[in-house]
Amino acid sequence: MHELSIAAAVVESATGVAREQGAEAVAGVTVRIGELSGVVPDALRFSFSLVAEGTALDGAELVIEEVPAHARCGGCDTRFAVGSPPDLWCPHCDIAAAELLTGRELELAEVRMAGSP
Amino acid sequence: MCRSVDVRRAVLAKNDGLAADLRAELAERRVTAVNLLSSPGSGKTALLELVLRRARERGLSVAALTADLATENDARRLARSGAPVKQVLTGGLCHLESAQVRALIDGWLPDGTRLLFVENVGNLVCPASYDLGETLRVALMSVTEGEDKPLKYPTAFGAAHLVVLTKTDLADAVGFDAAAFTTAVERVNPGVEILHTSARTGQGVDTLLDRVLTVADGAVPHVPLLAAKHLREHGHDHGPDSADPDHGPAHSHDPDHGPAHSHDPDHGPAHSHDHDHGPGHDHGHERAPEPSTA
Ligand SMILES: Nc1nc2c(ncn2[C@@H]2O[C@H](COP(=O)(O)OP(=O)(O)O)[C@@H](O)[C@H]2O)c(=O)[nH]1
Ligand SMILES: [Mg+2]
Ligand SMILES: [Zn+2]
Repeated sequence: MHELSIAAAVVESATGVAREQGAEAVAGVTVRIGELSGVVPDALRFSFSLVAEGTALDGAELVIEEVPAHARCGGCDTRFAVGSPPDLWCPHCDIAAAELLTGRELELAEVRMAGSP
Repeated sequence: MCRSVDVRRAVLAKNDGLAADLRAELAERRVTAVNLLSSPGSGKTALLELVLRRARERGLSVAALTADLATENDARRLARSGAPVKQVLTGGLCHLESAQVRALIDGWLPDGTRLLFVENVGNLVCPASYDLGETLRVALMSVTEGEDKPLKYPTAFGAAHLVVLTKTDLADAVGFDAAAFTTAVERVNPGVEILHTSARTGQGVDTLLDRVLTVADGAVPHVPLLAAKHLREHGHDHGPDSADPDHGPAHSHDPDHGPAHSHDPDHGPAHSHDHDHGPGHDHGHERAPEPSTA
């Protein structure tokens, strides 16, 4: 379950941001997870609450934005949903996609600082 | 009052950065690292033992790191080849990270090593997220694991530079459908080469070593559509698209082109299935036939 490691990286990164901002604690973070990132949102939620304990993120809210995987066809320039299980071939032209546009995200999008009372 | 900051940084930025540094340092030392990913029991150690042995017979300096949750058995097996081998005990961690590889090779990896093989922890999910500074990522599976496994683990197979099928000596016994497997691989990783190997018969061992050496000699590996963003943008200094972050792995200036390939002439046919290359389409892909059972 590498979501524990991923959660630890989120906590570490968000703690760094809070420090830069001069904040003592983090109220919440938003993480973007692509459909093809290999990270399971529920497992990350579970891991996050464990890893956050006793850190600046103790009790912080975790918002997960799931990003669907989309690819672009170089033949007809259509953007299409890769689907699940993924298929990286253009449904119109039956040629391989030119590029994957979204779906590999694993990023810390936003950090919300806990305000001073 | 609640202040929020837009950060938009990769969660694994630290690992990615360390991996990029490691890749650069290895390149300076002329070492090419190969990351082997598969489920437990797919035959990584058995195949690697033969590859190491063959490499030494061919006079190449090779070394290997092997990761397991526990026991030094794999290192003992690999060391029979005579190559320097180091066991990594992850103590329960399900994947390797680049900082571990970095720490392990310091003061151990002999100067003049040409190829460093890293047998990752047996797991097709977690290791797929972690760049180890490798130049070549290989996803393996055996004929007993089901033809559709690449669809079940798309991140591992989709981001591989090379796919290796193992235990082909058992293919007939288990009724392995090679065409269905090829279709599944092509669906998640169009254009990737598939090698058929067996540690029993020795099939594909030399070919695998040849492919690794081709990359070590500077050929650009296949660029998977699912390659992690930091690799598409910065990872391959010699990659044609590395300078342009807006471009994906494909040569998007040419609509007839599929995903980019190695342009090495020695590379041989890129796929295990037939290609119908029309004029002007020499890098295009034909989808493998649908399996009859689909
Ligand atoms: N028949 C056959 N068995 C193999 C082959 N490669 C490995 N095995 C067996 O599969 C089991 C697991 O192999 P191992 O190399 O330890 O897999 P790993 O966990 O991926 O390192 C062992 O019992 C091996 O003897 C092969 O090519 N053919
Ligand atoms: Mg092993
Ligand atoms: Zn199209």
